Amino acid sequence: MTPTAKISCRNLWKIFGPTPDAFLARHGGAPKLEHFKAEGMIGAVRDVSFDVHPGEILIIMGLSGSGKSTLIRAITRLNDPTAGSIMFEGQDLLRVSEDELVELRRHKMGMVFQHFGLLPHRTVLANVAFPLEVRGSPREERERRAMEMLKLVGLEGRESYFPRELSGGQQQRVGIARSLAVGPDIWFLDEPFSALDPLIRREMQDEFMRLQKMLKKTIVFITHDFEEAVRLGDRIGIMKEGQLVQLATPEEMISQPADDYVRQFTSNAPRDRVLSVGSIASHMVVPPTGAGVAASAKLGDAAAQVLASDAPLAVLDDMGQPIGSVTREMMIAAMFPSRDADKHPERQP
Amino acid sequence: MTDTTMRATADRPSVGIFGPHILVFGTFVVATVALAALFPPLDTWPEEWVLPVREWVTEFFAWLGAVAKPVTRTIAWLLAQPLAFVEAVLYRGVPDWGLKPLPWVAVVAGAVLIGHWLAGARLALFAGSCTAYLAVFGLWQDSMQTLSIVLVTVPLAAGAGLALGIWATRSARADKVLNAALDLMQATPHMAYLAPVVVLFGFGQVPAMLATLIFAVPPMARCTILGIRTVPSDVMEAGRMSGCTTRQLLWKVELPAAQQTLLLGLNQVVMQTLAMVVIASLVGASGLGQKLLYSLQQLQIGKAVEQGIAITLIAIVLDRLTRAAMHRAPQRIPDGTAWHVRHVHLVAFLAITLGAVLLAQVLPQLSVLPRNMTLSFGQPINDVVRWISRNLYAYIKPVRDTITIWLLLPIRDFYLWLPWTTFIGFLALIGWYLGGLRLALVPVCLLGFMMVAGFWTPLMLTIYLVTGCTILAIMIGVPTGIWASRHPRGAKVTLTICDTLQTFPSFIYLIPVIMLLQTSDLSNVIAMLAYATVPAVRYTYLGMILVPKATVEAATASGANARQRLWKVELPIALPEILLGINQTIMMALSMVAITALIGSRDLGQEIYKALPGAETGRGLIAGIGIAFIGITADRLIGAWARRRKKDLGLA
Repeated sequence: MTPTAKISCRNLWKIFGPTPDAFLARHGGAPKLEHFKAEGMIGAVRDVSFDVHPGEILIIMGLSGSGKSTLIRAITRLNDPTAGSIMFEGQDLLRVSEDELVELRRHKMGMVFQHFGLLPHRTVLANVAFPLEVRGSPREERERRAMEMLKLVGLEGRESYFPRELSGGQQQRVGIARSLAVGPDIWFLDEPFSALDPLIRREMQDEFMRLQKMLKKTIVFITHDFEEAVRLGDRIGIMKEGQLVQLATPEEMISQPADDYVRQFTSNAPRDRVLSVGSIASHMVVPPTGAGVAASAKLGDAAAQVLASDAPLAVLDDMGQPIGSVTREMMIAAMFPSRDADKHPERQP
Repeated sequence: MTDTTMRATADRPSVGIFGPHILVFGTFVVATVALAALFPPLDTWPEEWVLPVREWVTEFFAWLGAVAKPVTRTIAWLLAQPLAFVEAVLYRGVPDWGLKPLPWVAVVAGAVLIGHWLAGARLALFAGSCTAYLAVFGLWQDSMQTLSIVLVTVPLAAGAGLALGIWATRSARADKVLNAALDLMQATPHMAYLAPVVVLFGFGQVPAMLATLIFAVPPMARCTILGIRTVPSDVMEAGRMSGCTTRQLLWKVELPAAQQTLLLGLNQVVMQTLAMVVIASLVGASGLGQKLLYSLQQLQIGKAVEQGIAITLIAIVLDRLTRAAMHRAPQRIPDGTAWHVRHVHLVAFLAITLGAVLLAQVLPQLSVLPRNMTLSFGQPINDVVRWISRNLYAYIKPVRDTITIWLLLPIRDFYLWLPWTTFIGFLALIGWYLGGLRLALVPVCLLGFMMVAGFWTPLMLTIYLVTGCTILAIMIGVPTGIWASRHPRGAKVTLTICDTLQTFPSFIYLIPVIMLLQTSDLSNVIAMLAYATVPAVRYTYLGMILVPKATVEAATASGANARQRLWKVELPIALPEILLGINQTIMMALSMVAITALIGSRDLGQEIYKALPGAETGRGLIAGIGIAFIGITADRLIGAWARRRKKDLGLA
């Protein structure tokens, strides 16, 4: 349990079926996959542990049915988990009372939903002001705050519209404004852009990055789109059949996938924008002839330079000291891995 | 797994429920008939074995009425207060204080403004002219009496239904209990509630309101449950993550988001309440219903038509208004709009009312339309009826008699001849075959109870009328549905007619039937038919539309002609839907049974009707429950059959 973690989940289980508690106890708190199959139980989240660091964007990704939606609902306690612990600012979320939970949601949590979850009978302004209304803020204060939020997401002038009068992208902006209205410490986004058209999705991702640059929230973001995960995430956790298969930075995930399942996801990833030169460089130090390449540079940025050079190029750390070298062949192999290389993802020599 | 499925499919006959089992059924029928001939108690349940259930129930309610008097008095008093208020506003005024009721002009203006507020000029015009009809044809006071009951009952029923519905969504056990109770409440005809209400609360407006309440609550409760359950999960979760407490979630998220379905429930409540006004007049509710009942019983067709149209117009206006409310989306209002602009309809209403009250001082016609200024088309209608009976009756009578003699009477005599063992046993056998022991016990327990309670003959007479009605409904409804499914334009017209037929309060159908056929079994069947054919048409249409196009094309490609396609492909695939339609037809016919008692019959409906004046609670209540039991038996058997067909066809 890292003391600096904003949220730390330990051994989280969410089991569906009759008497899940008894089932868990019967198998010593750690039933195997075959136990689930034999007794017709569903292990939507199985023994998941991870930390969310302050100010990071943690992406949970997986295919539908992998348990990612259940996981976020377990952390937010929209669905109570079967077992485990979730430490949030020093208290275990699973042990707080219903009243305390309501208080936490009113002040410290915000959530964005895939299908927006807007209240159809309320105006845009009243939707954004809703979390403030239920916690009892006076009308003027909450409407002022809601206006600020609408300005933040670029929806000024639409405050008296009803959700049905807005496009999908605009509706999700309302959803985002609402989730930020209480000034949450932690921000949950459950596939926020999956219901949108590809072009709008791109635009909303940019918008999201812009907001995060300003707000620096701690974020748990769910998606099934690996490209989105790579684009937005500081770290990515991949889920499969209720388990967290790998939790790593996008770069680590592509260069060192934990298993074939993860490799399948990463095979179509934009490697040039994720991998840095340092991660493919060899340790053989060559004298810096002319300009070297920064270890932190992404492959795409360094490609022209490396490919143009016949000799190995020096790789430099942040201080400008040579720490290794990179060749044209290494560059090509890293950017266009063959099937063979895909199966044996040993580090390049 | 596959093995057992294969075997199960192999056991099952491919079409119909008889198939290879015809031998079993045949043997059973012959055996029971023979046994019944040998042992008379197996043919007719001996009178000395009849349990005096009806006496027990009557005595119980008499006792309850005496014991619960303080409670029932309080309830009656509480209900009487809002009713008195609305009546004072609409037609009575407060003579002691010299206050007059609302001028009729103001009420018409109110209808126009509500119509305009909800859906614009067209509905405004419609609501206004319908309301004006009530005044112009001299039915104002009766209409306002009826409207008062409706206006007080509807909010009460809606509130009670809402509360029950919310309760059901909060507790699984409540949901179970409530569902069973609602089923029985809705299957029992309205009239059956009157007897216990009379014993507990006496005669008058308030008991009528109470009986109406019982019938109007279930649809609201059902709509509430449905509405709350269908709020999108995203919306619910957004509410919870916003920090709503359970109560805030209910009032600020669930109910507002379920608004449409709740308004549908309200619409149902209004329609049920109006359907009850004539029946409630049997326990002393005055108003349009009572007048219509008198007119019907005295065969004053002209008057009956005028009054029937008035009730229908009230029903249609309230139906359209509540529907409009349902489809009305919230309107955007720019900030800083003045109060009187935001509430322009209310302001206009207050202004018109004030104007009308002031003007009425000089022009009293604005307040109450004097009799010599009202119109009536009763006389011409009476003339038409007289002309019909003089000139056309000669043609109608043979038709009536032919159908009666060749279709109805044979069915009746057959049913009355059937030994009870054969009838109940046969149904039980079908039930056992379709759904095992549990389903077999349904007819045995329900129909058996009615027999043991001494209601066998009216039970069989009811089943006879329903059978006759169902056969005619199938003969008319199924071909109509098939025709509609082939002609898109015809379908539109047909479905509109179906909608309209169902908006009319059911007793309206008694008027033309009495007009043309006078009292007879066929009149009853036809009055039921007008109501009961609608589902046969609708479901047939739906079933035919749902037949997969590819299947029909495949049949055509295989060389089937139109006739073969219909009989060998489309009808078998549409059969489950058609069966559900027939099921609904039976329900509708049953709900009309009690109503046709108003024009004379000998079935369970008549038992209910006869039980009223003498406050024979047991007789009325058990007869009513008997009608419900027939419905439940038919519903379970046909439902099981349709489900099995659907499963066989892979449509489930």
